[in-house]
Amino acid sequence: MSTLHTVNKSPFAQQTLTSCINICRAGDALLLIEDGVYGALPSAPTAQALKALVNDRKVHLFALEPDLQARGLNDRISDWVKVVDYSGFVQLSTEHKTVQSWY
Amino acid sequence: MKFALAIYAAPFSVQASQTALHFAQTLLEQGHEVIRVFFYQDGVHTGNQLATPPQDEQDITQAWRALARAHQLDVVVCIATALKRGILNEEEAQRYQQPASNLAPEFTLSGLGQWVEAVVHADRVVTFGA
Repeated sequence: MSTLHTVNKSPFAQQTLTSCINICRAGDALLLIEDGVYGALPSAPTAQALKALVNDRKVHLFALEPDLQARGLNDRISDWVKVVDYSGFVQLSTEHKTVQSWY
Repeated sequence: MKFALAIYAAPFSVQASQTALHFAQTLLEQGHEVIRVFFYQDGVHTGNQLATPPQDEQDITQAWRALARAHQLDVVVCIATALKRGILNEEEAQRYQQPASNLAPEFTLSGLGQWVEAVVHADRVVTFGA
């Protein structure tokens, strides 16, 4: 009964990603999309919480490649973030029972 | 798998409508079924066929129309949120004695019941928020 969470707001501007991090459970996936991809930066205020989410709480963390590219962030993201394209987004949505959008 | 998509965001103010469009295109390319696309709140502006963006910007309404035609999609605009934003089909324009209608022919006006029905029948529901 795992969940795919998508977050489309920057953690530099809003608390959306923090709210999502607090709710995620082991086995869930978190996909950063649109301005949410700023959360993949090592300088993001949520960086340590996301690292702990991946390493300690066993949540899979992804960022959407076209949205990284549109913002020039491809080469600047933390190494614990995996990159997926839209096919990966679709794949994740089929692998998890529900999709929860945070916006 | 059967997908139902809800789009809450206006087409030209945030990225969500574009994200939903790319997601829907990818779903269909991969052989999944999109059983209904439901535009709600400010998302209903996507159905306005009179919207005329500059030539160097993506025309989201035209892109949704083309996708709907190509795949015979059931694209629904919430009637209650659409009418108060001035998105009307010909029938509603006549009913309320308005001088014009603007809903693109690939879209239908209907109620939240259509969304509930789609949620019941879909394997996955994905929301694209503003």
